Amino acid sequence: MTENIQLNSKGKLKHFLSIEGLNKTLLTEILDIAESFIGMNDQQIKKVPLLRGKTIVNLFFENSTRTRTTFELAAKRLSADVLSMSIATSSTSKGESLLDTIRNLEAMFVDMFVVRHGISGAAHFIAQHTSPHISVINAGDGQHAHPTQAMLDMFTIRQFKQDFSNLRVAIIGDILHSRVARSQIQALNILGAAEVRVLAPKTLLPSHVESLGVNVSHDLTSGLKDIDVIIMLRLQKERMTSALLPSESEYFKCFGLTEAKLKIAKPDAIVMHPGPINRGVEIDSKVADGPQSVILKQVSNGIAIRMAIMAMAMQKQGAAE
Amino acid sequence: MLDINDLLNKLETELKRVIVERGLVDPLMIGVRTGGVWVAEQLHQRLGIKDELGLLDISFYRDDFSQIGVNPNVKPSHLPQDIKGRDIILIDDVFYTGRTIRAALNEIFDYGRPNQVVLAVLIERDGKQIPLCPDCVGTSISLNAGQRIKLTGPSPLGIHLQTLDAVA
Repeated sequence: MTENIQLNSKGKLKHFLSIEGLNKTLLTEILDIAESFIGMNDQQIKKVPLLRGKTIVNLFFENSTRTRTTFELAAKRLSADVLSMSIATSSTSKGESLLDTIRNLEAMFVDMFVVRHGISGAAHFIAQHTSPHISVINAGDGQHAHPTQAMLDMFTIRQFKQDFSNLRVAIIGDILHSRVARSQIQALNILGAAEVRVLAPKTLLPSHVESLGVNVSHDLTSGLKDIDVIIMLRLQKERMTSALLPSESEYFKCFGLTEAKLKIAKPDAIVMHPGPINRGVEIDSKVADGPQSVILKQVSNGIAIRMAIMAMAMQKQGAAE
Repeated sequence: MLDINDLLNKLETELKRVIVERGLVDPLMIGVRTGGVWVAEQLHQRLGIKDELGLLDISFYRDDFSQIGVNPNVKPSHLPQDIKGRDIILIDDVFYTGRTIRAALNEIFDYGRPNQVVLAVLIERDGKQIPLCPDCVGTSISLNAGQRIKLTGPSPLGIHLQTLDAVA
């Protein structure tokens, strides 16, 4: 129910906060529109005038390289004016509240906020309290969601595998702390993947993980059988507050993806990773840089998918009433 | 009523005349999706253009984005050759307000700076809103406000005159 805030009265995208609450038609529309933005890479001038005169503010309360730069590039390629703020260096460190920061930016005639925040629900909170003409895009909130990452992953999967209905997808690693995994699982289920399998030690899985619509395995060797798409997750050392693992080397031995383990999956399986990679912790360099890896493709696709989502969210003004 | 073959014949003759008049050398042909591509496919063959036909989708260059949003059926543009310095024949089915052609020219120039562009349309109708006009036409007609022309295709190509409901 609460996710309906993402859609306007005509069912069009207004905010993009979570995959939850969106349907297959809308997700497919995002993928289709992103496909056309990929074609733009042939242009000498890689810019379209869709968001000319609009102002987009990237509000990053948490560090990010890939996500922030691809959002910034996506906004610029849509001809929007964009400014990126790292909040650690701004007035919140002087005691200003989140809503006061938002109000002040609104007074500068902003049209869209792209928000990354360490607290789950932050983007949703801003969407609820911001002026009605402003769109909010979630660029990662706590352990809740990272929907644009999930969509660029879906885009990459479709690029290599076309149809979701026959696909078996394995998500491997730190599911417990991963907002990416949550959004991926939702997107894969909505798009109709044949199976989503999570492979992780028990300590890195949320309780009742099966209720998300996944099969669970704790053994990489048997768990990789028949898999078409392997999504590796980063071991989130900064979020580990208790002793969940014996050691990194032990983790690599059991759950690290090596060339030998990759052979258990289907021969044409692709290997994905949202980055940043911990080489030798969750993935061997030979696999990360190997022929089945599409990790850098994911990064390029991130620009097109973010362009599609920004453009679709900004079309609401005229289309709404 | 309008006969598609008559119009294509007339447009072909007109284009041949303009190619000589404007001195087009080894021209590239680009069709505007969707109807313009269908017409362009016919002319591309009739004129024996060497290079592969270019396909232009102007959805991202429209000037009414804030009113109608992104076209969910947008397809990638496909211009297989470098257009820098080339002579270009741009093809559309119907020239009406001129806004589509403005968007198409903006998009073409983002791919590179052509030497010259010639605009050929199957049908020019009244209702121009910006100062652009085609170089060659199959025919020019006047329609009532509620009427519009719809092309169906790609094969067979057909032209239909539709009268829109006054309420719509």
